[in-house]
Amino acid sequence: MSTDVISPADIIREAGALRRSLETGFREQVVTSLYGEVERVSRRAVRDHGSLPLELDQKIDRIVTSRWLGLPLMLLILAVIFWLTIIGANVPSAMIATALFAVEDWAAALFTSWGSPAWLTGFVWHGVFRGLAWVVSVMLPPMAIFFPLFTILEDLGYLPRVAFNLDYLFKQAGAHGKQALSMAMGFGCNAAGIIATRVIDSPRERLVAILTNNFVPCNGRFPTLIMLATVFVAAAFPPAVASFVAAGSVVTIVLIGVLFTLVVSWALSRTILRGEASAFTLELPPYRRPGMMRILYTSLIDRTLFVLWRAVLTAAPAGAVIWLLANISIDGVSLATRISDALDPIGWAIGLDGVILLAYIIAIPANEIVVPTMLMVYMATGMMTELESMNDLRRLLVDQHGWTMLTAVNLMLFSLLHNPCATTIITIYKETLSVKWATIGALLPLTIAFIVTFATATLARLLF
Amino acid sequence: MATTPHACETCPVHAEMAQLGAAVGGFDRVVALAGNPNTGKSTLFNALTGLRQHTGNWPGKTVTRAEGGFQFAGLRYKLVDLPGTYSLLSASDDEEVARNFLLFGRPDCTVVVVDASALERNLYLVLQVLEITDRVVVAVNLIDEAKRRGIEVDTRSLARDLGVPAVPIVARTSENVMALLQEVANVASGETVTSPLRSKGTPEFERAVMKLVPMIEAAAPGVPNARWIAIRLLDGDASVEEALSTGKLAELVARQQAPDARFSRKIALQGAQ
Repeated sequence: MSTDVISPADIIREAGALRRSLETGFREQVVTSLYGEVERVSRRAVRDHGSLPLELDQKIDRIVTSRWLGLPLMLLILAVIFWLTIIGANVPSAMIATALFAVEDWAAALFTSWGSPAWLTGFVWHGVFRGLAWVVSVMLPPMAIFFPLFTILEDLGYLPRVAFNLDYLFKQAGAHGKQALSMAMGFGCNAAGIIATRVIDSPRERLVAILTNNFVPCNGRFPTLIMLATVFVAAAFPPAVASFVAAGSVVTIVLIGVLFTLVVSWALSRTILRGEASAFTLELPPYRRPGMMRILYTSLIDRTLFVLWRAVLTAAPAGAVIWLLANISIDGVSLATRISDALDPIGWAIGLDGVILLAYIIAIPANEIVVPTMLMVYMATGMMTELESMNDLRRLLVDQHGWTMLTAVNLMLFSLLHNPCATTIITIYKETLSVKWATIGALLPLTIAFIVTFATATLARLLF
Repeated sequence: MATTPHACETCPVHAEMAQLGAAVGGFDRVVALAGNPNTGKSTLFNALTGLRQHTGNWPGKTVTRAEGGFQFAGLRYKLVDLPGTYSLLSASDDEEVARNFLLFGRPDCTVVVVDASALERNLYLVLQVLEITDRVVVAVNLIDEAKRRGIEVDTRSLARDLGVPAVPIVARTSENVMALLQEVANVASGETVTSPLRSKGTPEFERAVMKLVPMIEAAAPGVPNARWIAIRLLDGDASVEEALSTGKLAELVARQQAPDARFSRKIALQGAQ
């Protein structure tokens, strides 16, 4: 070997020369001997008493992953989870709301009695605090029920079965079967779902998974969907079936989300991300009994409190922004009213209104605060200042702001399809290191949301 | 090989263990957790560090490396939880995280967690890890589940054949984890000298490897596992060729040795990675 500097190119050239000098198939020999070694070692170490397949596991899998029952069963499980969430969350939500709004009144009165100026009392208590109170009372109870149930499924080993059931559909869409896993993670948080796409080897299929992850509602959007389903859709039905209708409509929204995931994946695979689906192996792990403590920890501390904390962090400044918009007036008309009036025509075209669009703009940092933001803008621009129950909420929206079933349905669709939150967009950028893909990841869903809601609004107005 | 008797909960050794959570810095040793997907690496990680890295019964749960610490017998250990991988040859992003750390992170000991019910399949990774480092302890996890299936693993025979310690554990209940730690401590300190099972190539192949190794060491000073790189180059591994020619190799070495506090903190806080 010479003493002068060795460049990488020299090494690679040398390696190539050496490779050619070796007899062909030299590496196969090594690999074959490795396999032989593994077999010998394992034969000596393992005492297999007939290797009882976990009979119960196999029986369950035959049903859970069967061609005909697999998908319906999945939907049924999902529906039951939503139904439990909806019937369980109502009462605690109302109780928390009542308690927190009582605190608001009491504290505001206390502030006033201390001689605090009206603008300060308003800003702190009717702005920031009310925003927080809404987030906590609307989001905490559903999450505290939904997450433990979802975590039980995850710990049990059900998620890989979901991927197995959906594999065929994803393959038809030109996407990777493991996209079902990142999609399932997206139900928790889209940013987490996008990080989870790292399990997909092919860059093309990984991009497809990243760009479509947004079409499953994250837990920041579930409370919105559940509230709309409960307060509007279900209210049109007799009380006896209301909770089933509510659960059914959330499941329908989820299904529409999965449908859009598949259709958009399909379209991407045939246009800007052309290619075939690659094969992969996925283990179906044995079912394992979920550890109760771990489930409670994961679902309540890691998920519920994490999401709630994020919501609180963003809701407080949002509450402040709304209060300012509502209380800074130009020529006697508040900024909030001016902006929402300007947005009204666009809002109307897609079956919503200017206030809802304004709320979505303010809530770009976190989807969790869309509903509270919307309500605060309504309350700030309307006459009603306090909401005690879900019925008050309904009255406020329907009687004072002209909501119809179309508004509720389109808001659910818009919430499902619109652009991801800022955290998710940043995550897309970090994972792809490309401004282009981050932009597409934000604008593609937004465009689809506008097209779909415009279509449903136009159709509804033609028909009814 | 130093063998310890079963360490039970009442043994004094138990008192020597402390979870250090996400404490960063001031570690005496670095231990990596490797293994196939869904073999319980994150569960073991949580049991040892007291952290709550998100676990779940599905393969592909961990996609970044999580770091935490524990104290054992007076020494502070940094534990690095790696994404699950079936081999060290493929290159999805999560698997590359694991591979790069094992190759260039210079762990003092690598614990390969294997599923007792699927030992044969898991052993391919063990042998591949043994190719790049001899400081290995095999943790045979999920022995309770295997037992229910009628499968028993003779870890003594396994340890003899592999040339490294093998310890049966149940990570979920922390069963026998103290015995595992004792083996890890012995291997990391060099007290246990291992003789890992390695498949030998033909003499011509070995000669070719020996010719490349000094060249690689000269081109990328301080690179660990020049032998592994040489073998990959002889195989014509395009990603290794690229890493070498773009200087990424040196960069990789540096990056793997820097503390990755960003990830560990994020995961410790957020769990849901």
